[in-house]
This record gives sequence, structure tokens and C-alpha cells, in this order.
Amino acid sequence: MNLTLKIWRQQGPDAPGELVTYSVNDVNEDMSFLEMLDVLNESLEVKGEEPIAFESDCREGICGACGCMINGQPHGHKDRTTTCQLHMREFRDGETVVIEPFRAEAFPVLKDLIVDRSSFDRIIQSGGYISVRTGSAPDAHAVQVNKQDADEAFDKAACIGCGACVAACPNAAAMLFTGAKVMHLGNLPQGQVERYERVGAMVAKMDEEGFGHCSNAGECAVACPKGIDLRAIARMNKDLLLSQLKLRSK
Amino acid sequence: MDWLQRFLTSTIGLKVIMAVSGLVLVGFVIGHMLGNLQIFLEFVEEGMGREALNQYGALLKGNKLLLWGTRVTLLVAVAAHIYSACVLTLRARAARPANYKQHKWLSGSYAVRTMRWGGVILLAFIVYHLLHLTVGSEVTPSIEHCKVVGDGLQCPIFDNVVQGFRQPGVVLFYVIAQLALGFHLAHGIWSLFRTLGLGNPRFDGIIKKIAVGTAAAVTLGNVAIPVSVLVGLVGGAV
Repeated sequence: MNLTLKIWRQQGPDAPGELVTYSVNDVNEDMSFLEMLDVLNESLEVKGEEPIAFESDCREGICGACGCMINGQPHGHKDRTTTCQLHMREFRDGETVVIEPFRAEAFPVLKDLIVDRSSFDRIIQSGGYISVRTGSAPDAHAVQVNKQDADEAFDKAACIGCGACVAACPNAAAMLFTGAKVMHLGNLPQGQVERYERVGAMVAKMDEEGFGHCSNAGECAVACPKGIDLRAIARMNKDLLLSQLKLRSK
Repeated sequence: MDWLQRFLTSTIGLKVIMAVSGLVLVGFVIGHMLGNLQIFLEFVEEGMGREALNQYGALLKGNKLLLWGTRVTLLVAVAAHIYSACVLTLRARAARPANYKQHKWLSGSYAVRTMRWGGVILLAFIVYHLLHLTVGSEVTPSIEHCKVVGDGLQCPIFDNVVQGFRQPGVVLFYVIAQLALGFHLAHGIWSLFRTLGLGNPRFDGIIKKIAVGTAAAVTLGNVAIPVSVLVGLVGGAV
């Protein structure tokens, strides 16, 4: 199949950017979206033009490196799929595809489609950890976790930090990401020690990084390639409200 | 009090301000509609709606503590609601300085997308509504104020409503504003529960029903009054 691509080109963080039109021919429908970009880049290199900068790592949908906006949606239109797992069979012959980087003040564009998502790392550093007794490995099942809590925690732990939630949010909020990280640990017995300090610290960091607020539009949860539930945000709100009471009464 | 300031200026704290002030305003809007629906007692017996509405007005206006307590509470709630909306909107703009060349909404309903401009329409409506039926005669000459008669107040609320809603242009603006209110409530009521931390899947369905049901009831109830007057169903004899 043949496609027309409109791709955001931007030399550096402070350089102006624009959409540049390319055509790619003979795209195999079994290619992934990134492989299609690889093919385009090879042809650009042959012509002596600069290849399109995009991020990728595992290419199997688990690392979260490859996100970009495809036709106005993070990771494209296919449900619960990362850009690398989106295949060209999802597109029609002759289609025009617009590809842009994720846009947020806290995700500055480094080049073309690559954004700097280290603001996510800083949110995790601010409280996304637990204190454990070091030394010999604990016995299996020494800490009992009930099934419901384990399932809830696991759902949140599925977050790969790709940033699709921020990209989709009309307010560029990181509430789904932060909610997932807060409640992943908050649901488990191992995470109880710092539970109420954690939520305050991570929310404060999230604000400091310049993310917006949640208006419960639900865009993030639809865009999330891991299907993280919008309720993670309500749970985080509850923990933050409780933390105000618990920490003040100490 | 350092912690309180830190909490209330955080994005979630500001949303909590919005949710709590919104809850106060939802309560008012429901009460306001229920009180005004007494006008339809006219259908039970002619003169009954007039009597009920006038007495209701005298009751509210006669009790200074109730009147000013409500007014101050509402003013604080509206101010807090608008303040948090403005701060959060500015922060959201700053959080995405460059817009997408192409963007598709994934799930955001019409109600979600019109919260901000719907809110602006509502503010304009509130100002107009107060000038129209509360400030009254200074702005709309047909409106008469309550008079002290003997020990009590006499309030010509019924006549004011009927006179006020005989102009099609006015009724049209009321109807548009009530539709905006309906959309604002449908998303707002649902959203405020989420903001206040209710994320239990067991309550999801019921909260959606409460939100949409309240929005529909308030809109229909509030639209019914001016429209009934305009078409002559109520107050035809005045």
C-alpha cells in the first residue's frame, strides 16, 4: 500500500517545527508502524536527507518508549496498542497519516517525534518506592495479599510510563500516570508504610513539573495502551484527602 | 496552616474547592427549582399557584438571616467555583502551550467539552437573572418589589414571573441558559464524586444516573416555567 505521511519535523528543543509531507510506497501490511518509519528513514538517507528521529526500544509493547500522536490519537486508533504494536494493516491504501510528538510543557520536544519524559521519572523518584527490610530473601507468602488487592495493584502496575495519558488529556495532566503509580503501591501491604506521605509527595512533584489538572473527561483511560482504569485517579484523590487528615492528626 | 495552603493550591486541592462549591450550588439549583415549581399549583386550582408562590417569596424575603445567609453562602460558592476554574484553566493552558495540528476526542462527551464556555454562559445568565427578577424594577419596570403590609410582607412574585416571561427573547435566553446548566450538571455532578475520591465501581452506575437524572430534571423543570407562561398556560388571566 501507498501512504502520504505528514510528520512533525523539529531540529531541537527551541527550534520551530512544522509538518512535512512524505510519501511511502509499497508498504507491507504486516509491517509495524515503526518498521514503516524505518523504511521511510532508509529512503531519506539514500536521498541524503536527515532521517526522522523517533524513539523505540523493545518494540514489543512493554517499554513505553515509542509513543507519538498518530492521526490525532496517542499510539494511533487501535485500542490498547502501543505505536510499535500498531500494524500497517490498520491503515487504508492511499491514506494520509499525521504523525506528531506528544505535546505537553512537561514533555519538551527534543527532536522531531522524540520528547523528554524524564518528568515521569522525577515523579516516581519523589515517592514511588517502598521501604523493605534488606538482608536474606523473605519467605514466599510471608506477606499475605488478598486477591482483590493483588489484582488492583497489578492493573496499576501495568503502566509502562509511555505518556499517552498526558498526550490525550485536554489539560496535559499526568493524573492517570501518577494515580497508577500511587495506587499500585497503595494497594499492597508492602506499600502501607509510606502510603500517605507518598501520595502527597508525588502529587506535589506532578504539579511542580507543570502538568495540568483532571477534569474527568476520561480521554487518558481510552488512550492508555495498558487499559488503566480512570478510577485510579479517584483512588489517588481519596488517598490525598485522607492523607491531609491522617498526617495532620499525628 | 502551611499544609492547608499547600493542599488548596495543588491541582487536586483546587479541584476539591471546585467540587465542594459545585455541590453547594447543585443543592441550591435543586431547591430553587422545587420552590419555583409551586407555580404549577395553578393547574390544580386557579389562584393556588399564585398564592403559594407569593407566600414562598414572602417567607424567603421575610427572614433576613435565611435570606442573607443563603446569599452570602452562594456568593462564596460561586466565587470559589469561578476562582478555581480560572486558576486551573490557566494552568492547563500552560501545561500544553502548543496545540496538536490534528487532535481527536476519544471519549469526552459534549458536556465535558463545554464545561468552560458553558460556565461562562451560566455566569452571564446568573447576572441577567438577578437583574431581571431580583433587582427588578430598576432594570425591568414591570417587576414590583415586596411591600410591608401590617406584620408581614406581600410579594407579587407570581405577577412578576408572568410579566417577566411574556417576552419571547427573554424566554429564549432562559431556555438556552438552562440547556447549558443541564450539560454543566450532567458532567459536573459525576465529576465531583470522582474528585472527592469515590472510585468504587459499585457506585459508578448509580452516580451516572444521579448526575444525568438531576441534570435532566433541573433543566426540564426550569424550562417549563418560562415556556408555560409564554404560551399562556400559566398566568393567562394576569
